[in-house]
Amino acid sequence: MRTVLTLLRKELLLERKVPQLVPAMALFSVTTFVVFHFALQQRDVDGDLAAGILVVTLLFATILGINRLYVADREEGGFDAFLLAPVDRTALGVAKALTLFAFLVLVEFVMVPAFAILLFGPGVGWELVGKLVLVLAMVNVGLSVIGALVGALAIQTRARDLIGPLVALPLLVPVVITAARALSPVLGADGPGAMEGQFLAVLGLYDLVFGLLAYALFDFLLED
Amino acid sequence: MTYGNRLRATSIAAALVLMVAFGLAFFSAKIEADQGFSQKIFYVHVPMAIVALCGFVFGGIMAIQHLRTGLAKYDLKSYVAIHLSVVLGVGVLLTGAIWAKAAWGTWFEWREPTLVSFLIVFLLYCTYQPLRFSIEDPEKQSRYASVFAVTAGAFVPLNFLAVRLADPYIHPRVLNQAGGDLPDSFRLPFYLGILGMALLFSALYQYELSHKNSRAQLRQLRRKLGGEEEAVGRSAAPQVSSS
Repeated sequence: MRTVLTLLRKELLLERKVPQLVPAMALFSVTTFVVFHFALQQRDVDGDLAAGILVVTLLFATILGINRLYVADREEGGFDAFLLAPVDRTALGVAKALTLFAFLVLVEFVMVPAFAILLFGPGVGWELVGKLVLVLAMVNVGLSVIGALVGALAIQTRARDLIGPLVALPLLVPVVITAARALSPVLGADGPGAMEGQFLAVLGLYDLVFGLLAYALFDFLLED
Repeated sequence: MTYGNRLRATSIAAALVLMVAFGLAFFSAKIEADQGFSQKIFYVHVPMAIVALCGFVFGGIMAIQHLRTGLAKYDLKSYVAIHLSVVLGVGVLLTGAIWAKAAWGTWFEWREPTLVSFLIVFLLYCTYQPLRFSIEDPEKQSRYASVFAVTAGAFVPLNFLAVRLADPYIHPRVLNQAGGDLPDSFRLPFYLGILGMALLFSALYQYELSHKNSRAQLRQLRRKLGGEEEAVGRSAAPQVSSS
């Protein structure tokens, strides 16, 4: 546990000293909203469309993050240094997942208000924010678990920018399905409606299964 | 080690069972009242889909074995199972499209969760080969491929659950409660179809395993004779060293 916290502190310190990933992901998501506005030719969106745009934008921003998550470790010798240290290797995976989770939360602080201002039609109340935070938190868990696993898988390949998104995208389809379906009544035109619990349940199951799986498998991605 | 011992028996059994199944499907099973003759594709499409999905999961189980034991033969088994299932997957999507066109008038039906989830699973497994290809080191390649195969194997049931929830289904459920709403004259050719397809998969599986194996043996013998090393095209298949 101490190893995980140390690694997490290192990642966050690195990002604070040389901000790279979070600004890029935030900027990317705002630009994507502009693209959606023109591509769909809609000034205001709500319901299904709003949920879809929000989830897809978050997904693509995450893909951007997954591609860069391990680059510093690979190119600056972070992996070698970590492997030399007498610590549990899974700690790196856990730390990376937590890092990605923290980054996603930071990005959402920019992304969600930008979405509300630029595209979202209905008004924003506390109830909506509460439900949105709940769903996004569960989505972030799934995204960061898969991101930590697939990122580690892709970083060792020759065409890592290609393999990462190619593997991550189909793996994340269930997250997109459940999140979009859970959010669409919340973002409805007549104020936030009731969420259907089954989608949250499947999303939670997904988080749990892949969390455990990534925890069990991460070890094999590091041995060298 | 040889893999080809039961190859002949399995091939003959597969051919026989498939012939009987298709014969029954065409001549004994009644024409379905609603869809007419086009429903016959069901006896190819559904067994193929079931066998392909089982092949994906089997590949994942072999990958777990590979990660636990580190033996190259399990990686080869996982590779061959996934490879064959992807090939079957192409068949499933093609026959599914034909059937959907005949029954619902569209080549692809988004409201149909089984078809949609199969497409997603297929797209995921399509990245297995490129992933192997882009890792040079053979040992690392097989380890990473196994991690992928385990993850994807667990993904198959979860994905089905998520997609099925998302939409009400219009696909006929055929295997819900021990045959479900399948009439008797449909049931026998259908089950025989599944059995035959499984035997066909098994025969192809053994064939590819023994082919990979004998090629490795041949290469080793050539090397012993001191002959010219045969130029091999770059392949992402696991290299087995027969000993």
